[in-house]
Amino acid sequence: MANLPVGGIPATIDEMLALLSSHDYLASRSLATVLFLALRMERPLFLEGEAGVGKTEIAKVLSAALDRPLIRLQCYEGLDVASAVYEWNYPAQMLEIRLSEAAGISDRDRLEHDIFSERYLIRRPVLQALTSEGGRAPVFLIDELDRTDEAFEAFLLEVLSDFQVTIPEFGTVKAAHPPIVIVTSNRTREVHDALKRRCLYHWVDYPDARQELEIIRRKVPGCNEALSRQVVAYVQKLRTVDLFKNPGVAETIDWATALTELDRVALDPETISDTLGTLLKYQDDIARIQGGEGRKILSEIEAELRAVG
Amino acid sequence: MESEAGRRDGLVVPPVAVGDGRFADNIVFFARVLRKAGLKPGPGSVADAIAAVDAIGIGSREEFHAALSAVFVKRHEDQTVFDEAFRLFWRSRDLVGKMIAMMSPVAPDRSEKDKARAGAARVNDALFAERQREGREDEEPELEIDARFTVSGSEVLRGMDFAQMSVEELALARKEIGRLVLPFDEVPVRRYRASHRPQSVDPRATMRASMRTGGALILPRFRERRTMHPPLVILADISGSMSQYTRVFLHFLHAMTERRRRVHTFLFGTRLTNVTRQMRNRDPDEALEQCAGAVKDWSGGTRIGETLREFNRKWSRRVLGQGAVVLLITDGLEREDVDLLVHEIDRLHRSCRRLIWLNPLLRFEGFEARARGVRAMLPHVDELRPVHNLNALGDLVAALGDGRSGGGDPRRFLPEGHHGTRH
Repeated sequence: MANLPVGGIPATIDEMLALLSSHDYLASRSLATVLFLALRMERPLFLEGEAGVGKTEIAKVLSAALDRPLIRLQCYEGLDVASAVYEWNYPAQMLEIRLSEAAGISDRDRLEHDIFSERYLIRRPVLQALTSEGGRAPVFLIDELDRTDEAFEAFLLEVLSDFQVTIPEFGTVKAAHPPIVIVTSNRTREVHDALKRRCLYHWVDYPDARQELEIIRRKVPGCNEALSRQVVAYVQKLRTVDLFKNPGVAETIDWATALTELDRVALDPETISDTLGTLLKYQDDIARIQGGEGRKILSEIEAELRAVG
Repeated sequence: MESEAGRRDGLVVPPVAVGDGRFADNIVFFARVLRKAGLKPGPGSVADAIAAVDAIGIGSREEFHAALSAVFVKRHEDQTVFDEAFRLFWRSRDLVGKMIAMMSPVAPDRSEKDKARAGAARVNDALFAERQREGREDEEPELEIDARFTVSGSEVLRGMDFAQMSVEELALARKEIGRLVLPFDEVPVRRYRASHRPQSVDPRATMRASMRTGGALILPRFRERRTMHPPLVILADISGSMSQYTRVFLHFLHAMTERRRRVHTFLFGTRLTNVTRQMRNRDPDEALEQCAGAVKDWSGGTRIGETLREFNRKWSRRVLGQGAVVLLITDGLEREDVDLLVHEIDRLHRSCRRLIWLNPLLRFEGFEARARGVRAMLPHVDELRPVHNLNALGDLVAALGDGRSGGGDPRRFLPEGHHGTRH
């Protein structure tokens, strides 16, 4: 383990935390630990958690912090090898065939070799991630893996365990420097154990109040301290209310931004009711909070904040 | 916070220095405890765990916890069990001594143990099951552990015995199940397969084929959309009023699980249990036995609205994502709040491709939608079908096939003017 190439990779967990923090990402210590491990052990990191807790953001921040290119594979149902790994440039290949015909070349093997060469290969994200240039392995983000189907998941097994793909006409492409792989999932379905086994796993939770307040301070600098405290306390309370969809960190930031834009200095029932759409995305939830419940939460947090001083 | 709690314990983990042979042993033993508690650490996990701890070095308990957790936990559901196992296992240098202390009624930290922690029962089982069997300790510890398994008496706790199904019955059911063919129950997906019909050209196959002739002949190859079964989600009522049908259903559901991918099964009475994993067991008897083990409220009451609510919150986004068909198996005799039921079944209806209600009460001639629950649910289902015998199962299969056959329209039971529409 100790003799790994450690170019730019933090040497301790504290360094990892500092690095993330310097790029305005406030990670919990356990998240920093698994990130650190993923880098040191060169293993993919599988991040699960509710939507809007900052899973995708981690990959972006890592890429910026370690100065690596970010290659993103957004997954969707029906994603196949042609759009994820590679495709051949067919029109150009056809043209090549016609040209060699016209030139009277009849060497089949050579033609085949020419047609299926790098020149006509279109690299999609997976191949790009494996064939990085300049010796700097990229950060490879496989986003929302749960949206693909099982067939694609199975294909990824080879990529994630050996960092290689096989192209029948071309041979096996193996990464000289394994990319830093971050896989995210919103759990819209269960991902197969075989894939998870190849990864380190971490459940990304909502931040606690202290962390969330710090996030607002950094991401919405225009939001005044008292309002930030109220916003965070309110959102933290909302998450305990058993809503259909809890607001994520992204929503908290949106809300704080919206309130700042509206020049509000404190929460009041009317403002909450008008801006609830930035926070809650289901009509049922909005209706419920706009009713008595929202008012109740507000008076609760006001009492709590007064008690704290 | 976790870290503070860890530090209060006042010990630096790992208990034995990294590199010491005993440390590896401890990890192996810990993995074994996890496996017994129901987690599935793979064969490589132990090596990974040692490498992980090696990489972070000796640090705080929280870091150690995060490292082991990242290696051993692969599902969020397992986290509580892992945490509990971690708490128990890594809390002392003198592990064996502690284990004995935990078994002893005069141990100082007994009060802590009395709190019912999530996952505690399973971990406790994993750690101490053998000890109990050996019976080396005096009897008191056993009593103590027994007490922890006591659950509130409000729910009927009993394991159902599926072995009672007669051989004849079983044979019939299996035969019927063997005839299940789902001919048209497929939807196109975004993937392609090779085709002979000249619909869309497959450039990759075309190019590959042309290489066989050295590029002299470029004959087009075609492709078409692949089709697949949509996910099937089953919500089956196992409350007292339904108990006589449950066994047959479960066999049927097992056959479904075996035959197609993406079948998710949930059983509900007063609470919802996901038995999808148990149903995947090859052997039907084994599978049903495991289901019986997983479900805590066999033949209790029903709370349809409440359980649908739980399903909608916890599971609908995870299992209905790809255009699922939902089979709801219940008699619709709701004993609680009907408003809640209306609200939740409406949401369920709007989140799936098709909602089919299978109701054994339909076997009675002149069934009328009189019960409040039934009346509440009817406008929100796409089909209502009987499911009391093997014939009905056959009809169901046909219905899954093309959906229009056999008069499953639920509105035939509603009085004029109450015809619900899809929102």
